[in-house]
Amino acid sequence: MPTATYDGTLVPVDDEGFFTEPERWTEPMGEQIAKELGIDTLTDRHWTVIRFMREQYAAKGTGPTVRVLGKTSGVSVKELYQLFPKGPAKTAAKIAGIPKPRGCI
Amino acid sequence: MGKHIVILGSGTAGTMTANRLRRAYDESELRITVVDQDDSHVYQPGLLFVPFGLAQPHALVRSRPHQLHDGVDYRRARIDRVDLDARTVYFAVGGWIAYDVLVVATGARLLPEETEGLTGPGWGENVLTFYDLPGAVGLHHALERFEGGRVVVDVADMPVKCPVAPLEFAFLADWYFQRRGIRDRVELTYATPLDGAFTKPVAAKALSGLLERKGIELVTEFTLGEVDGKGGRLVSYDEREVPFDLAVVVPLHGGAEYVERSPGLGDELGFVPVDPHTLQLPDRPEVFAIGDAAGLSASKAGSVAHFEGEVLVRNIGRFLAGQPLDGSFDGHANCFVETGFHRALLIDFNYDTEPLPGHFPGPVGLPLMKESHAAHLGKLAFEWLYWHSLLPGRELPGIGSAMPERGKIHLPA
Ligand SMILES: Cc1cc2nc3c(=O)[nH]c(=O)nc-3n(C[C@H](O)[C@H](O)[C@H](O)COP(=O)(O)OP(=O)(O)OC[C@H]3O[C@@H](n4cnc5c(N)ncnc54)[C@H](O)[C@@H]3O)c2cc1C
Repeated sequence: MPTATYDGTLVPVDDEGFFTEPERWTEPMGEQIAKELGIDTLTDRHWTVIRFMREQYAAKGTGPTVRVLGKTSGVSVKELYQLFPKGPAKTAAKIAGIPKPRGCI
Repeated sequence: MGKHIVILGSGTAGTMTANRLRRAYDESELRITVVDQDDSHVYQPGLLFVPFGLAQPHALVRSRPHQLHDGVDYRRARIDRVDLDARTVYFAVGGWIAYDVLVVATGARLLPEETEGLTGPGWGENVLTFYDLPGAVGLHHALERFEGGRVVVDVADMPVKCPVAPLEFAFLADWYFQRRGIRDRVELTYATPLDGAFTKPVAAKALSGLLERKGIELVTEFTLGEVDGKGGRLVSYDEREVPFDLAVVVPLHGGAEYVERSPGLGDELGFVPVDPHTLQLPDRPEVFAIGDAAGLSASKAGSVAHFEGEVLVRNIGRFLAGQPLDGSFDGHANCFVETGFHRALLIDFNYDTEPLPGHFPGPVGLPLMKESHAAHLGKLAFEWLYWHSLLPGRELPGIGSAMPERGKIHLPA
């Protein structure tokens, strides 16, 4: 199992760098992951999405897709792409310390 | 008088379920009512062939009530909403029906108007879809008029039914333009919101290889934000552009509208979030969903509805008998992918196992993940099987609900 070090703590992640144990995540870790993904400052709007991702994961066992985020998080799909330019669902899931959202087949 | 089962929707899943239940239970044990808003059952896999003149539109349509066995009540009505507490379904024109067990089988709805510009200028002219019958016919005429230029096949966002159909369309377009002798004047592009040609790595690799060999450009992680029909541009949410002269778009999908009007029934997209293995709605043991209407991470395909049906009928039986459910649906899907030039490839997978090479249904059988003429014949034979075996609720000998493991070769991606 690969690992990564965030905020001085070693955490297990999957091959693509998503947390496999979301309970190990902390907000400073989120900030560091965001920086590594090219998002220098996490604004209140970012945090709205990140917290929503974690709540949804806790309730449903998977993070939402972009479309569901756009319908339910209070942040439109357009704004989601402005906040997380390289794919909001995946980027926000990574920053939020939850596993990669299960896509549909 | 026995219990009353109400099945909402008489498409692939609803019709199969009604007929399977009718075969399994006597009329004195179980009353079965099926509700649908119209009487025309369209063989949807045939829609892929209409644009290329390979299927005649009228040949794909049959009467819905005629597909139901004797002893199944058919009610033509538009569903307005379900009251889960009162166990009652209300119709749009007035009237209602009460149930002991409810099966939601109202499929997926196309939502083209939810994408900016998609139904604006150019819709039906240079921007089309083959996902419904009028669209497929319109596309046939548009292709006939097409003399060269840029064609893009685009999936707006997931989930969509039959996720391989857009790929098949791209493969067949390559074949069609070659046959017309104008392939060198056509640029073909396949744009998808996924990070590969398909979700699962082994299949994605094989299918993107096929695209490459056929000279079809692959654009990945392209989530459709806007369609500019006049300017001939598809624009993604991350502001990339794909130019086109003809755009073949698979619109956003959602569940039936009434699901949204029925408190506690649907998720954000109008699909019914049932248990992935029992197909039962959590906290509502008398409510089940099957087929495209179910909010599962399984493919939305007729084959999936067929495999789900076996589990569903067993579960309904156990529920009626007051026994715990044991039916366990594994996400099994099985798709013929038409690749043009009278060939197709077969894929077979479930929740846990991605499409793998080998043979189906056992070590001796149709090749998996490899183009063959046999698979193409299988795809064509499927239409007969659909009307005469699957819809009537018969089981296919040797092909059960659980995905077969024998015959599969596990390869690292
Ligand atoms: C182009 C294309 C190609 C495909 N190719 C394949 C393939 O090769 N293999 C495969 O397995 N699958 C294929 N599919 C997918 C397959 O057709 C669907 O997955 C299947 O039809 C799902 O069945 P269903 O019963 O869930 O939904 P449907 O068959 O769509 O039935 C839903 C029914 O609900 C009714 N309904 C909806 N709302 C209401 C309401 N408010 N009131 C009353 N009635 C309502 C509708 O009228 C409809 O009859 C393809 C689909 C398309 C579009």
